[in-house]
Amino acid sequence: MTAVGFEMNKPVLAIEGLTVSFDGFKAVDNLNLYIDRNEVRVVIGPNGAGKTTVLDLICGKTRATSGSIQFDGQELTTMREYNIVRAGVGRKFQNPSIYENLTVFENLEMSYPAGRKVWGALFFKRNAQVIARVEEVAREIFLGDLLQQQADLLSHGQKQWLEIGMLLMQDPELLMLDEPVAGMSVNERAQTAELLKRISQGRSVLVIEHDMEFVKSIAHKVTVLHQGKVLAEGSMESVQSNPKVIEVYLGH
Amino acid sequence: MKALDKLLGGQQNLIGIALLALLILVVFPLTLDAFRLNMVGKYLTYAFVAVGLVLCWGYGGILSLGQGVFFGVGGYCMAMFLKLEASDPESTKIQSTPGIPDFMDWNQITELPWLWQPFHSFSFTLVAVIAVPVLLAFIIGMALFKRRVGDVYFSIVTQAIALILTVLIVGQQGLTGGVNGITDLKTLLGWDLRTDSAKLLLYFINAGLLFGCIFIGRFILASKLGRLLMAMRDKEERVRFSGYDVASFKIFVFCVAAAFSAIGGAMFALQVGFMSPSFVGIVPSIEMVIFAAVGGRMSLLGAVYGALLVNYGKTYFSESFPELWLYLMGGLFIAVVMYFPNGLAGLWDSHGRQALARLLRRQPPVQAVAPVVKPKTESKILETQP
Amino acid sequence: MEWLSEFGAIAAMQGFNGLSVFCVLLLMALGLAIIFGQMGVINMAHGEFLTIGAYTTYVCSSLTAHFAPSFQPYYFFFAIALSFLVAGAVGWLVEWAMISRLYKRPLDTLLATWGLSLVMQQTFRSVFGAREVSAEPPAWLMGSVNFTDAIEIPRNGLFMMALTVLLTAAIFLMLYRSRWGLQVRATVQNRLMSRAVGINTRKVDRMTFALGCGVAGVAGAAFTTIGSTGPTAGSQYIVDTFLVVVFGGAQSLFGTIASAFVIAQTQSLSEFFLSGSMAKVLTLSSVILILMLRPQGLFSIKVRK
Repeated sequence: MTAVGFEMNKPVLAIEGLTVSFDGFKAVDNLNLYIDRNEVRVVIGPNGAGKTTVLDLICGKTRATSGSIQFDGQELTTMREYNIVRAGVGRKFQNPSIYENLTVFENLEMSYPAGRKVWGALFFKRNAQVIARVEEVAREIFLGDLLQQQADLLSHGQKQWLEIGMLLMQDPELLMLDEPVAGMSVNERAQTAELLKRISQGRSVLVIEHDMEFVKSIAHKVTVLHQGKVLAEGSMESVQSNPKVIEVYLGH
Repeated sequence: MKALDKLLGGQQNLIGIALLALLILVVFPLTLDAFRLNMVGKYLTYAFVAVGLVLCWGYGGILSLGQGVFFGVGGYCMAMFLKLEASDPESTKIQSTPGIPDFMDWNQITELPWLWQPFHSFSFTLVAVIAVPVLLAFIIGMALFKRRVGDVYFSIVTQAIALILTVLIVGQQGLTGGVNGITDLKTLLGWDLRTDSAKLLLYFINAGLLFGCIFIGRFILASKLGRLLMAMRDKEERVRFSGYDVASFKIFVFCVAAAFSAIGGAMFALQVGFMSPSFVGIVPSIEMVIFAAVGGRMSLLGAVYGALLVNYGKTYFSESFPELWLYLMGGLFIAVVMYFPNGLAGLWDSHGRQALARLLRRQPPVQAVAPVVKPKTESKILETQP
Repeated sequence: MEWLSEFGAIAAMQGFNGLSVFCVLLLMALGLAIIFGQMGVINMAHGEFLTIGAYTTYVCSSLTAHFAPSFQPYYFFFAIALSFLVAGAVGWLVEWAMISRLYKRPLDTLLATWGLSLVMQQTFRSVFGAREVSAEPPAWLMGSVNFTDAIEIPRNGLFMMALTVLLTAAIFLMLYRSRWGLQVRATVQNRLMSRAVGINTRKVDRMTFALGCGVAGVAGAAFTTIGSTGPTAGSQYIVDTFLVVVFGGAQSLFGTIASAFVIAQTQSLSEFFLSGSMAKVLTLSSVILILMLRPQGLFSIKVRK
């Protein structure tokens, strides 16, 4: 445990009173959540607790019914998805979402924050700077030797890394990962934990994960969601010994 | 030099373009009589639409069933100018109102409508041929893509737009010439379009413009925007959450396809000498899709071959065995979609190219035609070494 | 007072007019509401299944007139049932040979079924000729019912309405009250899961598609009472039919009914003021405009993805 959580900085992400309802069903219900700078926060909870919906709400995929999401002083609930990304929020999807027809290099290049508009993309030049950045990120995600590989030939774990790498290209201030180690071998999990520790330097990371060993190895702080509400929050140990959490996970 | 290489798409595609150029610019003009050559010229005007569809459907995943609208609007703009030139007061003096197009006179219209007024100017017409369809595509694209109307819905809505425009053109007889369209186009700035020499020149202009469009298409596909289009087609969410305004790219490629179609329409009016609603509606629009599908939805050059072959087949069969044609056309639709989703270009890739590769001692692509549509040729081209 | 009753009569006739258009649209759209709305298959050959029903009825009518003239008053019910079966059987075959291979490629389904529609049209032309034919409706469908001196309602219109109501009710019951309907809806929502709980999704797909085509066949049979049948009779309506289903919010049967009603009333009302073609332009344009503002259609469920 580092002391990061105790710094009295203004949180990088402040979610207050966030609610979304689908035909009366409240998937997220009056949620409050604060994430500090340089923090690695893991959100856990049983299926249907609203974890993925929270990520959807932050990145603009789903629109909130009420409540606010402040990121670095900007209100995200009314911003367009691409502007949220440009403001510095990166999001990895549950299933690896990469461009299978393109090479690893092209996948990473696609997220390089230049040529994001029509004319920019039309006249985008692959200069030395771009190549250097792609190679740098590729090394970081253990794919340095596979730059010319077609992405659909990668293993499942490598695809997960590639998607994380695509987010790193954007150098986001807040990185959101939905089940980053799903379908990974034990070895790959350990490597991913290393990777997360390295990339959380200088940015905040919000992770949804089920694998408790993995959660233990990366989390600064854990939030337990249940029925769209925060059930418990704190260190891994305190959460694991919380009777309400035990009830939710083991009860019924 | 490198830029040029990129534009042409490497050695293999240079050969492809050279072969097509040889066929269109040398073989056809030398072997066909004036009548047949004019017919090929007509087919090639459809190739503009097919090339546009490769961009927006093959790469962008946007299946527009209303490309006839843009072909038609481009054609009508050109036809309006030509019609005004053909309707000078001298040659229309027997009308009750001389100086206006004949069909207006038949519809008891006594004054040139305001919509027609600017088409006295040739430079305005040239601008309008492209600008009006592109503006239309931009509005449709803005309305639909910004609201995220899904692919299937987009197809249905574009089809409905094609229907609306046809009904409108047919209904507004006095303004548009109705079902017959705008006919009897004679001269362009005093130059008689009906002579063989004029038709020959128009054929070459048409071919030149077509190659221009193919080069523009290549440039787009070779750029980052080309890769983005494919990425959007396969993983739209990922692109959106990588910081791109997906709608703006779709609008762009839809407008490019509209512009290509419009050029084709204008060249049609010039070469064939009329324009009518039968090139606007649902049936022609969907036929234009089949040109691209037969040629290969991922291949700009394939689209040209597709347009040529299907139209040749149509002419041949509807002359000789008219009742067979619809069976063949329908069967072609089904067969191409179900068994050859990459069309002729896909077959060439899986079979023809290997033979060529052996000749050129290049590494042949190992994959056979997969049932899923995957950009094989082009993604290889785009794979430039960093 | 005189003009008031006259106005009332005009309004009633106009309203009835709108109702007839509504029935026609709904009959066409019901089958598609199942195929496109529930299964998500874009069947551009839907109009041809209508035509199949119409030709089946024509054949029944001719055979009756030729062999059993005394059966003439009743043949129509038989023709409706047969239209359902024939169109359904062809649909079953089409699903097996074509649609089932294209479920993952919706846009390609669109193109392939368009090809199918061309083939079917040419088949009709080869078998029945290019000229339009008309089935002889039974005598009891001719003429009209006089409610008052001014209000005359044609019998075939009344029959169409009754048939529409019956068919809609039947589909509603099947879809929302039967085990089969439950399986259809389950398959639509989650194919894999449905398979896992023991639903034969292939069979459900095939039956659903066949049913949708059968319903189109019934609609085709009904249309013979108001017009003649040509090889392209059904294809003319395909765009309108799709718009009805899309406009209503594809997955909602209620939405399809409501949207058919709205479109029909707009159409018949604007026909009162404008020429037929301009009324059509106006109706289609407003549908598209509204779709641009509300792409999910009039009635749709907000779902969590």
